[in-house]
Amino acid sequence: MIWTIARREITSMFLSPLAWVILAVIQAILGWMFLAQIENFFILQPQLIELENAPGVTDIIVAPIFSLAAIILLMIMPLLTMRTLAEEKKNKTINLLFSAPISITQLVLGKYVGLLFFVLILTSMLMLMPLSLLVGTDLDLGKLFSIYIGMILLLGSFAAIGLYLSSLTDSQTIAAVSTFGALLMLWIIEWRTEQTLFHYLSLLAHHQPLLEGQFSSVDISYFLLIILLFCGLTIRQLDGDRLQH
Amino acid sequence: MEATSNDTPPLVQVENLSRRYGDTLAVDQVSFTLQKGEVLGFLGPNGAGKSSSMQMITGNLAPTTGQITINGFDMIDQPIQAKSCIGYLPENPPVYRDLTVDEFLTYCSRLHRIPSADIHSALDAAKQHCGLEDVGKRLIGNLSKGFQQRVGIAQAIIHQPPLVILDEPTVGLDPIQVREIRKLIQSLGKDRSVILSTHILPEVQATCDRVQIIRKGALIYSASIDELNQQGQANNLTVAFKTPPGLQELSDLTGVNNITEIDHLRFNIQFENENFAESLVQQAVAKNWGLFELIPQTTSLEEIFVELTTSETGDQEIQENAA
Repeated sequence: MIWTIARREITSMFLSPLAWVILAVIQAILGWMFLAQIENFFILQPQLIELENAPGVTDIIVAPIFSLAAIILLMIMPLLTMRTLAEEKKNKTINLLFSAPISITQLVLGKYVGLLFFVLILTSMLMLMPLSLLVGTDLDLGKLFSIYIGMILLLGSFAAIGLYLSSLTDSQTIAAVSTFGALLMLWIIEWRTEQTLFHYLSLLAHHQPLLEGQFSSVDISYFLLIILLFCGLTIRQLDGDRLQH
Repeated sequence: MEATSNDTPPLVQVENLSRRYGDTLAVDQVSFTLQKGEVLGFLGPNGAGKSSSMQMITGNLAPTTGQITINGFDMIDQPIQAKSCIGYLPENPPVYRDLTVDEFLTYCSRLHRIPSADIHSALDAAKQHCGLEDVGKRLIGNLSKGFQQRVGIAQAIIHQPPLVILDEPTVGLDPIQVREIRKLIQSLGKDRSVILSTHILPEVQATCDRVQIIRKGALIYSASIDELNQQGQANNLTVAFKTPPGLQELSDLTGVNNITEIDHLRFNIQFENENFAESLVQQAVAKNWGLFELIPQTTSLEEIFVELTTSETGDQEIQENAA
């Protein structure tokens, strides 16, 4: 049942030009960035040889690209998540799902899995660029894997937050703006503060170690908790929708 | 009406259903039952609480108080089993405009857990039932309102539910489409129960076995169509003459209870004699009154509806019920 809804979600994303445009734009920007980083690497190369424990290709080329990708996607994910529930509410098609013999949990997880599938496609496509370097050089595959997982977890958290905010309103614009605001807030919350609480809440603070190849269970749990929390809140919200109109 | 024997449990049992939106009481202590194979018309003026009731029966809206049992399953405790017995067409057909009719109906059959092997035949059956055979490959967004409505109905019957609930299915359709949809509802009523919510009265008379009128959230009238038709055969005629006799002469006819003059040619006559119309015509011919109009007046559903939903007494009844 979850898969039925997820499949519908993916189909509708790719039926509208939105998903294609997002994939194309991100691929183009990061492709350009990728070339620039390679150029940069050639300039740095003579100095790197002299260094002991010099950073490798993965650190100099791949990590900055995915760091940039995270920021670009912070702006773009809200556009994908905004329609998931807000559109169904607006068009009243949510009634179809509410009157079908499925539970709210299945409905929400279906929607989430659909988003996650898009995240997987997107991240895998971005991953192809660094992997193409394998033709000419060695890469730190462990680090690459850490970056890949980090990206999926980060975007998975974006998706969960976006899904929840989309369940709060029937206006797609409001869903997009509030999601963007929430994500940005969670990004910058650690700026100019020494409070450990804010550092702990920051998405960036947990994403950075993964970009550097530090695979720590604290960071992984942080992302999983965010995903669980917001999926749970969405289920609660939709259940509450029936009670309170 | 059939299948009303006491040993079969009702398909739908609604007990003391209420729903509040803030301070307004949209549905107030509504109780009724629906037997298998019955077509129930749910009538009421706009804003009377019809849609809210339908939404609660289909599990789209939680009741403030009350209990709904569908086919023995409680809507709150066993929503999945209860919902699988229902096909629901909300006020706005819940269709995805970016899908074709076939894609949409396939999605709906998956949502209703129809096994993959049977989806194709279920699709064909539903499309045939709703006259959608020729538009299967077209985008729903490009279809006319009438066809979208049909897609909505097809969605409600694709899993062959024992209960179909239609909320104002003919709103916004042209007269030909309205007729077709009514025919469709009648054919649905042959093998399953239907609850039809509407404010269009001929629709109910044309399709339903039983009528319920709801007003300001409370049920104020419930009768079978047969009862209604019997009630409606009042002894009342409107007649018109080219050379009318005097009022006195008319009231002297046997069986006349009361006469009112509508204009100088037309009269409304209440009578008690069964053969009154026949004798009136004989008199009219014999005395050369020039009878040119003779209309039996029946109390239509419309009159009952208007009377119940606008009258002061209705208000008092509701207040008494509430108290």
